[in-house]
Amino acid sequence: MTEQSYNFAYLDEQTKRMIRRAILKGLAIPGYQVPFASREMPTPYGWGTGGVQVSAATLTPDDTFKVIDQGADDTTNAVSIRRFFERTAGVAVTTKTSEATVIQTRHRIPEEPLTEGQILVYQVPIPEPLRFLEPRETETRKMHALEEYGLMHVKLYEDIARHGHIATSYAYPVKVEERYVMDPSPIPKFDNPKLEMAAIQLFGAGREQRIYAIPPYTGIVSLDFEDHPFEPTKADHPCGLCGAADSYLDEVITDDAGGRMFVCSDTDYCESRRAQGHRGKDAA
Amino acid sequence: MDTIALEGGFTDTPRTASHAFRAVMTAMAHPGRIVEITGAAPPAPLSVAAGTVILTLCDPETPVHLAGACNAAEVRDWIAFHSGAPMAEPGRAMFALGAWDAHDLTAYPVGTSEYPDRSVTVIVEMPDLRSDGARLTGPGIKDTAFLSLPDLDVFRDNAARFPLGLDFLFTCGSRLAALPRTTRVE
Repeated sequence: MTEQSYNFAYLDEQTKRMIRRAILKGLAIPGYQVPFASREMPTPYGWGTGGVQVSAATLTPDDTFKVIDQGADDTTNAVSIRRFFERTAGVAVTTKTSEATVIQTRHRIPEEPLTEGQILVYQVPIPEPLRFLEPRETETRKMHALEEYGLMHVKLYEDIARHGHIATSYAYPVKVEERYVMDPSPIPKFDNPKLEMAAIQLFGAGREQRIYAIPPYTGIVSLDFEDHPFEPTKADHPCGLCGAADSYLDEVITDDAGGRMFVCSDTDYCESRRAQGHRGKDAA
Repeated sequence: MDTIALEGGFTDTPRTASHAFRAVMTAMAHPGRIVEITGAAPPAPLSVAAGTVILTLCDPETPVHLAGACNAAEVRDWIAFHSGAPMAEPGRAMFALGAWDAHDLTAYPVGTSEYPDRSVTVIVEMPDLRSDGARLTGPGIKDTAFLSLPDLDVFRDNAARFPLGLDFLFTCGSRLAALPRTTRVE
């Protein structure tokens, strides 16, 4: 049931048009951060308001909507955003990656490869990859305009000088179509290779008022050095529940005596594998 | 005022606009792909697709430039009544609408190096739209796509200016295809 007191998908039409124009320019200039007039949402900044606004402007009544938070469908942020659009847009919802047409995500890309026609909406906290290197917006904007990304390589080099390898493990910077350096949002660098996909990727940063996008089949390169090539890393274990060796894992502390287990962060992936009969060593 | 201007808008704006936007976004994300887009019934010579794009994306915040035969009183009235978009000179427009020959592409803003998004989206009314002719490659295209473009050099030069440049929407009847500045044309 759609709540009749709200417009379809909560936002008013003029706001949606403004967001839709930003999305189109974002797709036309992959990796470039398009400024937009972010609105107050019923959740505070930091709770995915950027993603929610992009989803609101993107959803149609025929969509099937899925929300994940760190890969899980059943966490607070995911449950409340899913319910929000169930109520205000009347869309069907699912936890199955393959059945969803629009997936809003916080900090993960689903393990199951996305297909053409699907749309992945990211919640982005800090869209500017250069922000922690240069706090002034006027300067970072100029750096993007001049394609001046040397500072980013210095940062990665300092990682190597200090730790012997590139220690950046999430929000790992990428270069889009050999032009813009982009923050893929705080996804683990394990997910970076998946950024080259068949689905449309939209990024919304509510507090920072930026939208950016990656069309399907767009070239994405994780920044690295010839002698220190990019490596997508994960915990060196199979999933304790489904036994998957190829999925990104969460470490779960099980007692106060050092007990722990590793489980898939993507709950849908883990559940489908267990439904197919796969069992890990910790499965009951 | 002629009543033509009052008719032909969206009947259920939020839902119609959401479907129309999905069509435009699909086209923009897959350059060269022809999609169906309906919802508006604009006065001649506007196509259904062009009229629907205007009502989906334009409002009082987006100056529109009408080029050539599209710059008719009925069209201006219709756009003013249904979208509230102000008419503008080419140099101040965010959207430009007209047949291919009517557009003076050199007059449209292509964005600045710091704000490449501040460029015109050009809606080109086409007599015909087919998936053959120019070969397209680039972001959004798996291998190659084909589209019956009205010119080649113009789009080649436009792509060479990336990240600056114009983004094109081609409309014909209720069909629409897009060519963003990233697409390489040969």
